Amino acid sequence: MPAFEPVLFARINKPDSTSLKSWQADGGYSRLKEFLSMAPADVTNIVKDSGLRGRGGAGFPTGLKWTFLPKDHPGPIYLAINADESEPGTFNNRYLMEKDPHQLIEGIILACHAIRSNRAYLYLRYEYGTSYRVLDAAIRECHAAGILGKNIQGTGFDLDIILHRGAGAYICGEETGLIESLEGKRAWPRIKPPFPAIEGLFRKPTIVNNVETLCCVTHILYRGIEWFKSIGVQPDPSNPRDPGSFGPKLYCVSGHVNRPCCVELPLGVTARELIEEHAGGVWKGRKAKAVVPGGISMGFLSDKELDTKLDFAGPGKVGCLGLGTAAVVVVDDQTSMVDVLHNCCRFMSHESCGQCTPCREGTHWMTKILERIRSGNGRSEDLDLLLEVAGSMGIIPGTTICGLSDGAAWPVKNAINKFRPEFEEYIRSRKSSVTSAQKMMAAH
Amino acid sequence: MSALSEELREKIKAEFPKYPNKRAVTLPALHLVHDSLRAVSREAIVEIAQLLELHPSEVHDTMTFYNFFKEEENPLGRHRVWFCRSISCALRGGEELLESVCHRYGVHPGHTTQDGKFTVEFAECLGACEGAPCILVNDVCHMDMTPESTSALIDKL
Repeated sequence: MPAFEPVLFARINKPDSTSLKSWQADGGYSRLKEFLSMAPADVTNIVKDSGLRGRGGAGFPTGLKWTFLPKDHPGPIYLAINADESEPGTFNNRYLMEKDPHQLIEGIILACHAIRSNRAYLYLRYEYGTSYRVLDAAIRECHAAGILGKNIQGTGFDLDIILHRGAGAYICGEETGLIESLEGKRAWPRIKPPFPAIEGLFRKPTIVNNVETLCCVTHILYRGIEWFKSIGVQPDPSNPRDPGSFGPKLYCVSGHVNRPCCVELPLGVTARELIEEHAGGVWKGRKAKAVVPGGISMGFLSDKELDTKLDFAGPGKVGCLGLGTAAVVVVDDQTSMVDVLHNCCRFMSHESCGQCTPCREGTHWMTKILERIRSGNGRSEDLDLLLEVAGSMGIIPGTTICGLSDGAAWPVKNAINKFRPEFEEYIRSRKSSVTSAQKMMAAH
Repeated sequence: MSALSEELREKIKAEFPKYPNKRAVTLPALHLVHDSLRAVSREAIVEIAQLLELHPSEVHDTMTFYNFFKEEENPLGRHRVWFCRSISCALRGGEELLESVCHRYGVHPGHTTQDGKFTVEFAECLGACEGAPCILVNDVCHMDMTPESTSALIDKL
């Protein structure tokens, strides 16, 4: 097999990588006119046939999503770009926006042509101020060069990209929460159906795609379906419902490693390879106790599961929720899983939007139970109580509108099921590990 | 005397063409007002609502959902410094970094130093986990922070 050559990250270390001139020097926008002259359905078909699956967390086939738009709709149709990257451990989209904005903008133009949209809203988390300024400058350059705006490169296609800044809420990464937030309301996810492709932003047909997904679209158009399908993991022949995990992926590695990083690799790399070969190994000469495979909402791999392939199917085979954002967080063997789980639950409790009772109450009470355990007052029945609460919340048991709740439950399920003796010993020994910093935050 | 200057009103109105209705300008308007006035007062909410043709309670509802905008009783300092406390940063001392800065400057999370220089906040994942622990000064991220480098940064603000 030929050595893997990064594509999404090919340019990030170049000087001036954010400028239009630099993107064009590397061939960017060179075939834009040709692609904009194709029938929109043909562009959609290329993306569909490439097998590209969404990089934001759910892994839904991108081209298929585009085909859900109503045919012959008079418009407007909107593209909403999900740049609310907030899943703990995840920072790949920040790199893409800060270092190579035109790669994304070209993908947005191609996607908008395919879905017949003349206006794209890029929902950017507020915290990404640098991304905001880089994108704003890049969009201005494109307008001046006739690459955005009216009649792009004489093709008759019009497109504006509007940057819309969030205000620090994880739930805005859920696609209908994002839509509600863009409309100026609290970001409460909508009951589906109708799905956004039928009735989305401003009640119009809307496609919501992640930043990395759209960057992949750029390269699929330029390099072709066969190139994309030559990378990654083929569908499992024994599972007719597995669409495979094609293409390159940006993996984030953080936590207790020597060199935290974001690295582009073919889908299907293992957690062990990421830690050992790309992140410099576990820090301080220690071993990994647990590894988050794709953002905390996906749960945990135990040290026995580090050879799990991080493709769309792999994490699910060992009880995790899925690949998620492919953000790997390493926890070393000197760290208490009780403390790690408390951190995850505190996050979810803070970020639950409060719309669905099982999530609002469940995330709150799971955090409270863990606080009790961590103050030395845990009870032996607390672990089963945590599992009971976790099992009652989410789309999977059918009690909530959105998947944040499943993602809040999953770390609890995995931590207790895979590390139960450690939790039991913590409770039995009446250990306490609440820190003064945590007390201070809880008081304010 | 209105809460919003003519300049602020014009900036808010300049957002209108970007959206098919005025309600979508709620967050952009709140950001503009909040950045400029360091809080969104009750009067400002009423005036934003008038501009956007909304009921003030609709603006207030959106504003308070995000836990981002300060009310007039507790306005922002001249700067806002966020400390990430989520998993990747917490594993590398993010919470203790916050604590050390609070002690050094005599301020609690969510509050502003007595001289009004900066407001300190804890944040959930700032998306800079490769540089944990990280902080956000206004909207610019700084990575691999220590108590010393953080103090040096704050003292230069």
